[in-house]
Amino acid sequence: MIATAYAVPSILVFVTAAVLIVVGALGVLAVRNPVHAALSLILTLFGVAVAFIAQSADFLAAVQVIVYAGAIVVLFLFVIMFLGVGFSRHDHVEPLVGQRPLAALGVAVTVGGIIALLASSHWVTGATSASGSSLATGTGNVHQLGTAVFTTYLYAFEATAALLVIAVVGAVILARRERATEEAE
Amino acid sequence: MNVPAAWYLVLAAVLFGIGAYGLLTRRSALIMFMCVELMLNAVNLTFVTFARTLSDIGGQASVFFVMVVAAAEVTVGLGIVVAVFRRRHSTSVDELTEMKG
Repeated sequence: MIATAYAVPSILVFVTAAVLIVVGALGVLAVRNPVHAALSLILTLFGVAVAFIAQSADFLAAVQVIVYAGAIVVLFLFVIMFLGVGFSRHDHVEPLVGQRPLAALGVAVTVGGIIALLASSHWVTGATSASGSSLATGTGNVHQLGTAVFTTYLYAFEATAALLVIAVVGAVILARRERATEEAE
Repeated sequence: MNVPAAWYLVLAAVLFGIGAYGLLTRRSALIMFMCVELMLNAVNLTFVTFARTLSDIGGQASVFFVMVVAAAEVTVGLGIVVAVFRRRHSTSVDELTEMKG
């Protein structure tokens, strides 16, 4: 039934991405060692990149692997090893009574509500709109995204440049001020 | 034909739920940052799915900006974690009780 309605390769790609994403995300939760949690995070990020490619977001998939897996997770690993953070000692204590059941309940209600909204709405049938340019056809995905970023979203793009500069300067100041106080002591 | 968009949306909802549960229950600030990344990726997946469904490149442009903001957030956040660790020798958020009333 399903295999006749949808091509088998796309189902295989979806199942692969779903397994990568869910296993990696559960690994981030369950693993005690922060280094292993960062490696599980890489698994999830690669799964999201697979899902991006399956939905014709080629440029974003490449950026996902380069920026997230290549830069952000490496930054996490740098900090973990720089701090020498070992196994977390505080996860077995529970200062707030019933925190985990309440968190599980809240998450279940939220996710269940989202899925119920999806099931009851009509615009998630998987059909693409008849009007407008299709993303996968015609000019490439990179061309389309570049045109959108440098015309429609030009001011937001310039603002991200300022944001990145502010973030870098802030990180440098955070590190330098600590060193100055240590020398003063 | 591609699989329906609802499958990817449900997958993104599950990923968001896992990240939210981890953010609410884990104590280490580093693990909490990773769970925030999980939630951001779930939102990115939703954006890309709707960009395909509605044939609108704006969804993918939004993901582009979310990635930039996530990179800036991780840079500053990890800088704060390092600064706190130098002073307190711990990354557990339960021990940061100085501003408690």
